[in-house]
Amino acid sequence: MNWLEKMFPTRIRTESNSKRNVPEGLWIKCPDCSATLYQDDLDQNTHVCPKCSHHFRMGARARLDSFLDPENREEVGANLVPVDKLNFKDTKKYTDRLEQYQKSTGENDSLIVVEGQVYGLALVAAAFEFSFMGGSMASVVGERFVRAADVCIEKNIPLVCFSASGGARMQEALFSLMQMAKTSAALNRMSQAGVPFISVLTDPTMGGVSASFAMLGDAIVAEPGALIGFAGPRVIEQTVRQKLPEGFQRSEFLLEHGALDMIVDRRRMRQEIASLLSILQGKPALYGST
Amino acid sequence: MNLNFLEFEQPIAELEAKIEELRLMGNDSDLNLSDEIVVLQDKCKDLTHSIFSSLTSWQVSQLSRHPQRPYTLDYLKSVFTGFQELHGDRHFSDDPAIVAGVARLDGRPVMVVGQQKGRDTKEKLHRNFAMPKPEGYRKALRLMQMAERFKLPIITLIDTPGAYPGVDAEERGQSEAIARNLFEMSHFKTPIISVVIGEGGSGGALAIGVCDKLMMLQYSTYSVISPEGCASILWKSADNAPDAAEAMGLTSERLEELGFIDDIVPEPLGGAHRDFSAISESLKLALIKQLDELREMPVDDLLKRRYERLMSYGSFEETAQ
Repeated sequence: MNWLEKMFPTRIRTESNSKRNVPEGLWIKCPDCSATLYQDDLDQNTHVCPKCSHHFRMGARARLDSFLDPENREEVGANLVPVDKLNFKDTKKYTDRLEQYQKSTGENDSLIVVEGQVYGLALVAAAFEFSFMGGSMASVVGERFVRAADVCIEKNIPLVCFSASGGARMQEALFSLMQMAKTSAALNRMSQAGVPFISVLTDPTMGGVSASFAMLGDAIVAEPGALIGFAGPRVIEQTVRQKLPEGFQRSEFLLEHGALDMIVDRRRMRQEIASLLSILQGKPALYGST
Repeated sequence: MNLNFLEFEQPIAELEAKIEELRLMGNDSDLNLSDEIVVLQDKCKDLTHSIFSSLTSWQVSQLSRHPQRPYTLDYLKSVFTGFQELHGDRHFSDDPAIVAGVARLDGRPVMVVGQQKGRDTKEKLHRNFAMPKPEGYRKALRLMQMAERFKLPIITLIDTPGAYPGVDAEERGQSEAIARNLFEMSHFKTPIISVVIGEGGSGGALAIGVCDKLMMLQYSTYSVISPEGCASILWKSADNAPDAAEAMGLTSERLEELGFIDDIVPEPLGGAHRDFSAISESLKLALIKQLDELREMPVDDLLKRRYERLMSYGSFEETAQ
């Protein structure tokens, strides 16, 4: 027993070590390196573990805030709100679920679109709020995406979308499925107009989102270690009845199989994307981006 | 229990077995049983009518995957003539879960693409239960691009539980293959008609389903996820599949009300599997009607109409800002 242990009775020591007694949200344990991180430090490091570079999931607002320049921001399609045309009810009504998530996230659906700038380069950025019904794609998501594309075509400025989604939203049934076709058609139009689309895949990007606009970027970028795929690992395991290999459906796996252009550390995202876009758009190098 | 009949079809199966028995008895002996047979046949018709007039969404889901239901290759024989199957994606392999090729619809040259289920165990495995892999979607894309080049209208027949969820499919970019088809189909300069002939399973169905006219056979279904899948996620039990089927509104009737489809092809009494030639004739007439309408449209109008149609999908409200 050392001097420190002698100073405190055992009972108090165990309690102060117990994770359960840590005020929630103040300290975070990194799932990769097990380092205990102070939430504020993590926030300031764009939710990346300073010890091992594990990329934590990030909310849509924080994402856009860290990506865009602080000035000249304007939200697109904020006035679009979901409706329950099917009167969908499982163990709970869809309208009740919507209300619950609208309250907990402060957003009225899972995609946020903001027109702004990165290193002074005008663009439209969209980001998924994964904590809003698993970032699921539904009518409002599709419509906001299309409006984002429309702004881009009209002003000849690029679109950057940060995906984080479990796929289509079952509560909107076929309306939700059709958003895959709708968003892909809008990107076809953008492509014909010669307006670049950069798709950034973050953890996780699955199902209907991955099988539509997320895989249609002129460049497809992923954050390290993100789960990306069409079918979820559990579904695949049940189908093929075998254990999936380590790292299956992670960014590094996709890069190796030729599905991605590059993996970019979140702390370098602004610079890398601004630099890429300035070249695609034939603009001079942006000050501070390289 | 007759395994070729669904549970709710069993009373029909029993009655039919009885009729068959009487017929055989009549053949063997001098007894004249034709009156009784006619009575029973009428009864059987009434029974089928009453069962089929009040089907639940779950029953329709089961019918859409009925083991006796006609599949794509059946229609290629009965609705079209001169079908020549064209194979392969030119990159990796040929996916038997999708069949495609050129054919004629009452003389009109067309390109047909459809998912193909298997009838027996061996064929089911060969066709991978109509769950296409990326190479299947890429074959479809290649042939649809060829159709555009040679100004052939495209007819797609949808019948899949969904795109294949497997390791190899993921490795070869299942998501990208589906996304690419959605992207390209939105601007093919040739008419596209899609018909859901059985199961319209999610993104795997939509990947050959971006179109100018969407039709469904009466007892086919189209949904974002299977009723079982939806139930096991939202109800935490696949036993709630009937509830999920109801909630998602996946029947042709409901989807017509919601404005997704242009035409329902009525099925013969008891479903398409009860009378192949009747359903083939109805499908043929419906296809000719839609195709002739689309063929008259100038290409620019066709593309504009298709884009507007795609953009109209969704239910949301716009509030004052």
